[in-house]
Amino acid sequence: MSAETLPYTVHPHPITGVYSGKLGTWLFLASEVMLFGALFSSYVLLRVSAAHWPGHDETHLSVPIGTFNTLVLIVSSVTMVMAWASLKMNEFAKARWYLAATVVLALVFLLVKLFFEYMPKWEHGHRPGFSSFFALYYTLTGLHALHIIGGIIVITYFLLPGSALWKKDPEYYTNRIECTGLYWHFVDLVWIFLFPVLYLM
Amino acid sequence: MAGSHADVRKHVRTYLMVFGALAVGTALTVAASYVHISTGWNNAIALVIASVKASLVAAIFMHLKWERGVSIWWTLLICAAFFLVLIFLPVLTTFDLPRQAQHGMWG
Amino acid sequence: MTAEHHGQHGHHELGWWRKYVFSTDHKVIGVQYAVTALFFLFFGFCLMMIMRWQLAYPGRPLPLIGGLFGEANMPGGIMLPEFYNSLGAMHGTIMVFLGVVPMVVGGFGNYVMPLQIGAPDMSFPKLNMVSYWVYFVGGVVMLTSFFVPGGAANSGWTSYAPLSVIATMGQTMWLLGMVFLITSSLLGSVNFIVTIIQLRAKGLTMFRLPFFVWAQFVTAFLLLLAFPPLEAAAVLQLMDRVAGTSFFIPAGLVVSGQVLPTDNLPQTGGGNPLLWQHLFWFLAHPEVYVLILPGMGIVTEVIANNTRKPVWGYRTMVYALVFLGFMSFIVWAHHMFITGMGTTLSAFFATTTMIISIPSVVILTALLITLHRASIRFTTPMLFALAFLPMFAVGGLTGLPLGLPAADIPLHDTYYVIAHFHYVVAPGTIFAIFAGIYYWFPKVTGRTFDPFLGKIHFWLSLVFINIVFAPMFWVGMAGVSRRLYDQTVYAHGLAVQPAVELSSWAAWLLGLAQIPFIINFFMSIRKGRTVSDNPWEGTTLEWVAPSPPPHGNFASVPVVYRGPYEYSVPGSAREFFPQNVVAEA
Repeated sequence: MSAETLPYTVHPHPITGVYSGKLGTWLFLASEVMLFGALFSSYVLLRVSAAHWPGHDETHLSVPIGTFNTLVLIVSSVTMVMAWASLKMNEFAKARWYLAATVVLALVFLLVKLFFEYMPKWEHGHRPGFSSFFALYYTLTGLHALHIIGGIIVITYFLLPGSALWKKDPEYYTNRIECTGLYWHFVDLVWIFLFPVLYLM
Repeated sequence: MAGSHADVRKHVRTYLMVFGALAVGTALTVAASYVHISTGWNNAIALVIASVKASLVAAIFMHLKWERGVSIWWTLLICAAFFLVLIFLPVLTTFDLPRQAQHGMWG
Repeated sequence: MTAEHHGQHGHHELGWWRKYVFSTDHKVIGVQYAVTALFFLFFGFCLMMIMRWQLAYPGRPLPLIGGLFGEANMPGGIMLPEFYNSLGAMHGTIMVFLGVVPMVVGGFGNYVMPLQIGAPDMSFPKLNMVSYWVYFVGGVVMLTSFFVPGGAANSGWTSYAPLSVIATMGQTMWLLGMVFLITSSLLGSVNFIVTIIQLRAKGLTMFRLPFFVWAQFVTAFLLLLAFPPLEAAAVLQLMDRVAGTSFFIPAGLVVSGQVLPTDNLPQTGGGNPLLWQHLFWFLAHPEVYVLILPGMGIVTEVIANNTRKPVWGYRTMVYALVFLGFMSFIVWAHHMFITGMGTTLSAFFATTTMIISIPSVVILTALLITLHRASIRFTTPMLFALAFLPMFAVGGLTGLPLGLPAADIPLHDTYYVIAHFHYVVAPGTIFAIFAGIYYWFPKVTGRTFDPFLGKIHFWLSLVFINIVFAPMFWVGMAGVSRRLYDQTVYAHGLAVQPAVELSSWAAWLLGLAQIPFIINFFMSIRKGRTVSDNPWEGTTLEWVAPSPPPHGNFASVPVVYRGPYEYSVPGSAREFFPQNVVAEA
């Protein structure tokens, strides 16, 4: 039984008001909230019970780089939602540019992270085992980065091979981009909390 | 979610306005971190601004403002409740010590 | 909107691999889960049967098969403590995560739930297939861990830090295996929830759902929201083991006489072992409700059907179920009463634990009242379902002292705890599983089990399972700790050794008692008596579909006009009304 012939895959259910993919995506995001929540919970517990928690002067996390990356992700969220809006307005070519922009911005985020943060820190000796702070820093940002990579893969799929679906069933394709967008905004949302927690607090 | 072109064009304006708000919020967060009140208040301010930004992303970019699906609201409500439990209860447990640990054996 | 066509494919015939191996049909996937889970249940049971030799006759070589386990594990057929610990940790892990949950959720849930809601399949069939294969890979990783240097994980199924952090490679494989299993569960739970919300047949409102579907619905929420913290914790423990972090390693930890950090263990400390316990039990408590709720669902279906009565207090049962699901998230620290918690939080968790016993009692009582003045048919599934009730009652009631801090202090980590939870899971959920297998086998195969062999299987299992676990309450109250390789080195352990030996013999006989079932199973698949689509005269929608149901399940989309258990409706001509039968004129 293929997904296309199952009811409420494309059109919303008359009573529940959603199409199945959107509900599924939100449920998945709820589980992701609990995943990152456990890491934030670990942060709270370890920090509150620590005799000493390194301040900004000890961690040397670059606020300008962090701010830049925050803005990069926010812009990528805008391009992502604009991609969906373009599809709703039947402007497929525009949507492809927006999706491509999202991927580029995501790659910028990752590369900045890798070259201007992880690598210098690693060389400096600030590795995961250095302190509880850095253990949490690497785990939190690392897991977040894995989620970004996942998002890049999905968006690239819809940009390239998956784009054939637009011709077959444009509404279905638009829905899938909407769901991808939900995931992507969530990744941005996590960073909106990670940035102040790790860099500023 | 409204499907007509006119509606979506109106929303595009909203998206751009939210982007502006998020950028301002980011600048505010960074600026506030340089004004030292106390660790507690500084952290609270940072988290409040972050929560406002997150709410904007959720409401506008993630379309929650227009979301009719009740199942989604229930899911978020339940998730929020358990998220708070997960954040607060372990650390509260760590600090609720037996009487002896707090006051010593003869305290 | 165009009419959706069910069961009408008309296009290409799928090849063997797409039909039987990488199928997206929920029925095939359900059978895959069930068969794999049965294998793991059997394997986990075998691990315990070997352990029980060491418990009954500590230090004696295991006769006949002792040489099979290799010099690293059982030199001269005598079990080494490390191997004993591996058997224990893996018995628990395999039974819970590879056996019971995949069976009740992946197996029964996948196969029966879409049929009971009148759906052609799950909402996300491809995701369903992926869920199964990720589970399969997780299982392979877990099994492979037995063969790595140092053997399988041996820090308990609870993998407490810091022991688990300094353990051998098998523990890393346990963590990796868990990541796969948790991912499989998460994907599955999304599928279940969306399917139940979106794909119910017309007229099937939430309060007309069979209780089994409600149970799967709540269980899916537990899996969805409680598993991620364990996944995060597994990542943290992996970081501690592999990346030298100290999430769970306290400062100044001494390992083998040396203070950390050492060359082997570079952790500098600053972590908290209790953090692992919090994150682990945040999942593991809801997990035990994941173990029992689908079982309650199965038992309810079987009881309604074999009492020819609607379930008493259906609505109340549903509210109790939902309340139970919610409460299950805020009781977890009752597993941690002896970690030095103060009285305030202990009182909080003790209160929530006491409260959570109420909905269980409500559900049990409703089922018991259903039996009153019922026309009970003592079919094989009904025997198992009936036995579930007092067995679950024993398990549940014996949990109460464990939920009260003062009583928990002498009982924690003793055989009392083992007896408590095994009563709930073994003569509890596993009996429910048997009830479900005997009950739904005709739907899956179009044939029935032989009832005589079924009854032998039931009575032998019931007798022996009680002899295995009942003495353990006493052994635990005598002070014998869990996970002891040889309890006879202690005087209090030596004093109760006859009871330990009795449990071992009963366990081996319990193993033999499964032979009638295994014979029955394979015999009935080939030569069982063929039956109609609805041999049990059931009311729920799965009995409307053919046996076995074809791709797409129903010849025409069912429409529901009534509740799930309309048996013996007063004043009507029919003895029972399937849900899709229109009201009488």
